[in-house]
Amino acid sequence: MELSLLLIKALIILAVFGVTLLIATYSTYAERKVAAFIQDRVGPNRAGPFGLAQPLADAVKLFFKEEFVPANANKFLFIAGPSLAMLTACMSSAVIPFGGTLIIGGEAIHLQAIEVNIGILYVFGIVALGVYGIMIGGWASNNKFSLLGAIRAASQNISYELAMGMSIIALLLVTGTLSMRDIAAQQGQELFGISGLNWNIFYQPLGFLIFIVCAFAETNRVPFDLPECETELIGGYHTEYSSMGMGLYLFAEYVNIFVASAVMATLYFGGYNFPFMNQLGLPHNVVTILGTLVLFGKIFFFIFFFMWVRWTLPRFRYDQLMNLGWKILIPLSIANVIITGGAILLKQELF
Amino acid sequence: MTGNLFYFLTFLTLFAAIGVVASKNPVYSVLFMILTFFALTGHYIMLNAQFLAAVNFIVYMGAIMVLFLFVIMFLNMREDTEQHKPMLSKIAAAIAGGILFVVMIAALKDVNTQLATTAVFDSQIGMVENLGKVLFRDYLLPFELASVLFLAAMAGAVMLGKREPGEQNRF
Repeated sequence: MELSLLLIKALIILAVFGVTLLIATYSTYAERKVAAFIQDRVGPNRAGPFGLAQPLADAVKLFFKEEFVPANANKFLFIAGPSLAMLTACMSSAVIPFGGTLIIGGEAIHLQAIEVNIGILYVFGIVALGVYGIMIGGWASNNKFSLLGAIRAASQNISYELAMGMSIIALLLVTGTLSMRDIAAQQGQELFGISGLNWNIFYQPLGFLIFIVCAFAETNRVPFDLPECETELIGGYHTEYSSMGMGLYLFAEYVNIFVASAVMATLYFGGYNFPFMNQLGLPHNVVTILGTLVLFGKIFFFIFFFMWVRWTLPRFRYDQLMNLGWKILIPLSIANVIITGGAILLKQELF
Repeated sequence: MTGNLFYFLTFLTLFAAIGVVASKNPVYSVLFMILTFFALTGHYIMLNAQFLAAVNFIVYMGAIMVLFLFVIMFLNMREDTEQHKPMLSKIAAAIAGGILFVVMIAALKDVNTQLATTAVFDSQIGMVENLGKVLFRDYLLPFELASVLFLAAMAGAVMLGKREPGEQNRF
């Protein structure tokens, strides 16, 4: 009994890890296809049918290139930087509930790698840790442009973490729990008689807007990709990297996009819940599997949204980025917390 | 299992803490300090204080140490450019640190280690709900005073960082 439980947990953890890496791999392919579509090109179509083997070809190319360490660079930290970036990126998908419960032989199995009481704070902490990979790599390169890119990344991440934290606080006022599993389960309740539509986006539209802007900044995506701005900083923090060191940094970005999309889908867009989920009259396990598929649909939409924005909007200037973070988003998110608190009090008094 | 984990974490904490003081390169010192906080987070989790662990993680490792690293990288201090401290200040620091050590040993000597028994100990005491109840019911005034202190510190930082009238951009 104990052993089979451990085995199931191990399988779920492996599956979550594998899915994270697989989706990140194919995000690189999707990014190039979406870019090609938006710019009216064809995109990668040589490796395999429809170019589907392109990510593998890229990985092989990166592995076979020379791993170059610049003179006077700090060798240990130079290698530790990209490793740390990849490690922190892969850690945060552990607490995301990818589905409800599967009932097999009277035993309820949660489709979630680990359940912690403070799930959302765990994600937030890992995101905060992500900046070390960039900072250490940028500093260890012994290059002024890398260092400037790293410092930009650090200040950008810290600035936007504040607004992100405040938008999460407003969400926590609504949900009353820190556990990702409970937050996802709450959104399966009825709204206007439709089950599975009690999504937090209807209570926190402004909070979601702030959160998604901060998610773009935290993942260093356009329009906030200033740490790797070519025109000013050559390549930013990964100027000196070649081969798989470079590959890990780029790959970590896609893992982060996947995790950010999954967190947004879980916190604001109902997670694995979908409208009319309890009114269809389907068996419990079928609803769970459908819910998981729906969650991945939402995640893919957000990943597409990240790419859509990348090929639509130009990049911010650095002072504009800081002004947006400190002078617009943080006051807005504080106002959001106050309004949410007031609304909750009003609801308690009046209803 | 848990006992071994405790000894491993303690070893890691002490090793990293000694590394902070002993490393010549200030960037290594900061990285060792991050490792120290990481090991302390592990200790909090072993005490079932999940909220404290997360807050320690986010605030110390995620924000404060990034700023430390930020400043040290900006100054780009190296072993060869570091100026040597006079002997007097080294001796004074050693004496001050030694006295603090003695005081801590004296304080810890009389601690009653048999206070918590498994029968009456509430293992859920470190959970966020219980912590919130304690903070907002029993210790509301100190909690609010601490937030006033933070506000004062923030206002002070803004005052210091503000550009004075007529001052040119220095960078």
